[in-house]
Amino acid sequence: MTQSEFINIVTPFKDKVFRLAKRLLVSTEEAEDATQEVLIKLWNKNNDFKKYRNIEAFAMTMTKNFCFDKLKSKQAQNLKIVHSNYQDHNVALQKQVELNDSIGWVGKIMEQLPEQQKMVIQLRDIEQYDFKEIAKMLDMNETAVRVALSRARKTIREQLTKTHNYGVK
Amino acid sequence: MALNKNIEHLLEKYENGETSLIEEQQLKNYFSQETVAPHLEMYKPMFQYFLVNHQEQFTKDIPLNTKRKFNFKWLSVAAVAVLMLSVYFNKAEEITAKDKLDYNNAKAALALVSKHLNKATSQVSYLDAINKAGTQVDYLKEINNPMGRIFKK
Repeated sequence: MTQSEFINIVTPFKDKVFRLAKRLLVSTEEAEDATQEVLIKLWNKNNDFKKYRNIEAFAMTMTKNFCFDKLKSKQAQNLKIVHSNYQDHNVALQKQVELNDSIGWVGKIMEQLPEQQKMVIQLRDIEQYDFKEIAKMLDMNETAVRVALSRARKTIREQLTKTHNYGVK
Repeated sequence: MALNKNIEHLLEKYENGETSLIEEQQLKNYFSQETVAPHLEMYKPMFQYFLVNHQEQFTKDIPLNTKRKFNFKWLSVAAVAVLMLSVYFNKAEEITAKDKLDYNNAKAALALVSKHLNKATSQVSYLDAINKAGTQVDYLKEINNPMGRIFKK
């Protein structure tokens, strides 16, 4: 397989890999590194490529495992690095600032979810995979995926209601 | 209002993880509008967060090395070729009757040559006498000693 063929196969889902990595690792830089790493691993598997029926699902599983390893090694080092991708909010309209702000809240709430729920909500609500695919990627059964998803959604809604009411009252 | 009822129903299903992808898309569309029902306002950032996050892209390029791995298949092919060639060239030649005859002829001829050579050497053995005489004339060297002394002076 040539490089360009590989790129063509990888392009449709490389953003998804990146977003999943970012969901788990939080930092943009680390997520970029993780994505590169995963794609290079895929490239090195080159010859076995045709064996995998669903390369995308396989890549997502690889990403999950890679990020878990990363997180584990970070815990083992007993180092806690807090990432907070600083951004320049340069929006004039008050409304938009408010909106960005509450969107930021959602991000913060999601950061506090357990890893599994993070992944499930990432794969379902953001990437829009169906339950079967998610179950395969995360090596869970479909019911477990639904339960995790439902819990994550409820938690987010509860937290949002809290902050929303806090702002109003 | 009928729409709101529908949305509320969908939200309930959504929280139980029972919505289909199409229904979820409906919810996303609804919450990306400017105005939503006030009591559903808190869902808005959630769905917008999902939509915004979906647009994030991976911009770094992928450093793929083109270095091909050494193919061991070809190594075995080369090894087999070398083996075949060596077998071909080192094939032991069969000894035929003619070869044996040639060999015996050559042996006889060489034996003849060596026999004559030996006879000749024995005939020249009297040359030893010259060597003997040579040693006997060795005392002549002694003359050199006094002569050297004379010429030095």
